Amino acid sequence: MTEQSSSRHTGSQLVKRGLAEMLKGGVIMDVVNAEQAKVAEDAGAVAVMALERVPADIRVDGGVARMSDPEMIEGIQAAVTIPVMAKARIGHFVEAQILQSLGVDYVDESEVLTPADEAHHIDKWAFTVPFVCGATNLGEALRRISEGACMIRSKGEAGTGNVIEAVRHLRSILGDIRKIGQADSAELFDWAKRLQAPVPLVQEIAETGELPVPLFCAGGLATPADAAMAMQLGAQAVFVGSGIFKSADPAPRAKAIVEATTNYEDAAILAKVSRGLGAPMTGIGMDELDVKLADRGW
Amino acid sequence: MVATPTVGVLALQGAFESHARALSGLGVDVTEVRTPDQLATVDALIMPGGESTTMSMLLESSGLFDPLAERLDHGLAVLGTCAGMILLADGIEGGRADQRSFAAIDIDVSRNAYGRQIESFEADLTVDGLNGVFPAVFIRAPQITRLGTDVEVLASHEGLPVLCRSGSVLVAAFHPELSGDDRIHRLFLEQVVAGA
Repeated sequence: MTEQSSSRHTGSQLVKRGLAEMLKGGVIMDVVNAEQAKVAEDAGAVAVMALERVPADIRVDGGVARMSDPEMIEGIQAAVTIPVMAKARIGHFVEAQILQSLGVDYVDESEVLTPADEAHHIDKWAFTVPFVCGATNLGEALRRISEGACMIRSKGEAGTGNVIEAVRHLRSILGDIRKIGQADSAELFDWAKRLQAPVPLVQEIAETGELPVPLFCAGGLATPADAAMAMQLGAQAVFVGSGIFKSADPAPRAKAIVEATTNYEDAAILAKVSRGLGAPMTGIGMDELDVKLADRGW
Repeated sequence: MVATPTVGVLALQGAFESHARALSGLGVDVTEVRTPDQLATVDALIMPGGESTTMSMLLESSGLFDPLAERLDHGLAVLGTCAGMILLADGIEGGRADQRSFAAIDIDVSRNAYGRQIESFEADLTVDGLNGVFPAVFIRAPQITRLGTDVEVLASHEGLPVLCRSGSVLVAAFHPELSGDDRIHRLFLEQVVAGA
C-alpha cells in the first residue's frame, strides 16, 4: 500500500476539457423533463441538455428564450446518472453563475437562447464549470476558446431538422484547419488577422492540425445518417436537439442515432439501425426561416 | 506473449483516441475495437473512460459483451480506466439496475462518487514502481468501495485505492491517457501484457 500525496486541484483546463474527452463518440440529447431524460439515458446518450423548450418550439413560440427554471434542471439531475448540461444566454454571466451553483456539468453559452449582450460573450475563465460554445467558422471558434470555452460545437441551425448548416459550419472550421496546416510561419499572422483570432491559437493549430479543444456538431441533425455524416466530416461527437423528441417515435430513434455515432463508418450497420424508425421531425428549409439563430454570437 | 502485441482500444465511445495515441507512442500496434471480429485480433485491450451506461448499451447491441466476457475469463490482459474500471468491477453502486459488468476484478465501485463535474480534479499520485509523482486527472470519477483479497493496490488518493491490479486486470479510477505521461501505459505493457 502506498501513501497518498497532494489533495485536489479543481477547475483546471485539463479537468474542464477532460469531460469533453469523455463525451467523444457520443450523443448529447436535448430534453425538457425528467421523463425524456430517462428515455435519453436508456437509449445510450452520453449527456443530456436540460432546457424548457427544444429549439423547434422556441422558433414557433417566439419571444425571449432564457435559462431554464432551476427546479426543472434539478428534476433532470435527479432522474439520470449521466452528465447534465444547461444553456445560458450569450453574455449572461449571472445565468452561468446560477447554473454553476446548481452543479450542472457543462454550461452551453447558446445562440438558441436570446442573447443578453450584443458585444461580449461570458468570460469563461472565471468559472469552475466548463463551457461549450457554438461556432460557424474557425475565427468564431478560436475567439470562444480564447474566452475559455473547453468544447466547441458547430452551430448548424437549431430546430430545423435540416443538416445543411451543420455541414456548412463543420466544413468551414475543418477546411480552414487543413489550410492552416499548409501555411508557412509568416502566413499564420495573416490567418490570425483574417480570422480575428489570437496568433498563438492559430500557431497551435498549425502545429497540431486540430482545434485545441474537442469539436462536436450540433444544429439540425435528425437521422442516424445525419449523425454519421457529421462524424465522417470530422466531428468528435454530436448534439441532437429537436430531432429526437420532435420525431414520431423518440426512443428507438435516439438509440439508432447512438449506434450510428459509434459505427459512423460502417454503412451496413447504419442501414440496419436506420430501418423502421417512423417519421423524423418534419424539418424546415433554410429559405423558410425568419430568424437564423446561428447569426447570434460575435 | 508475442514480441509486438496488438493492443485493442474499445472504441464504442469515450476517450479511446487519447489511449490509442499513448499506445502508438510506445511502439505497439493499436487497433480500435467496435465489433467481435476486431476483438478477435487483439492480444490485450484498453477499456477507456466515457459514460459506462452508454458503453453497456453498445456492448450489448454490438454483440461484444459475450465474446469479451469470454476473453476476460481466459485471462485477456486489460486496462480499464474510469468507466472501463466500472465495467470490469464485480459490483456497481449508483449505476442503472440493468447495467451489466464483467466482474473481471474483485472490487465494488461507486459511480460519480466525487460528485459532479465542478468537483472533478487533478492530483499527484505516488505509484508503486514509478519514480516521482504521477499527474492524475479524475473526471466525475468512481471510487473503489470494496477490495477483494487478491487485489493489489498500486496507488491511493486520500486513503482510497485508485490504481489496482489483479492478475491480468489493471484498473484506474483516473485518466492516465489525459495527462501526457505514458508511464501507466508502459507499466500495463511491461508488467501486465507481457506477463499474460
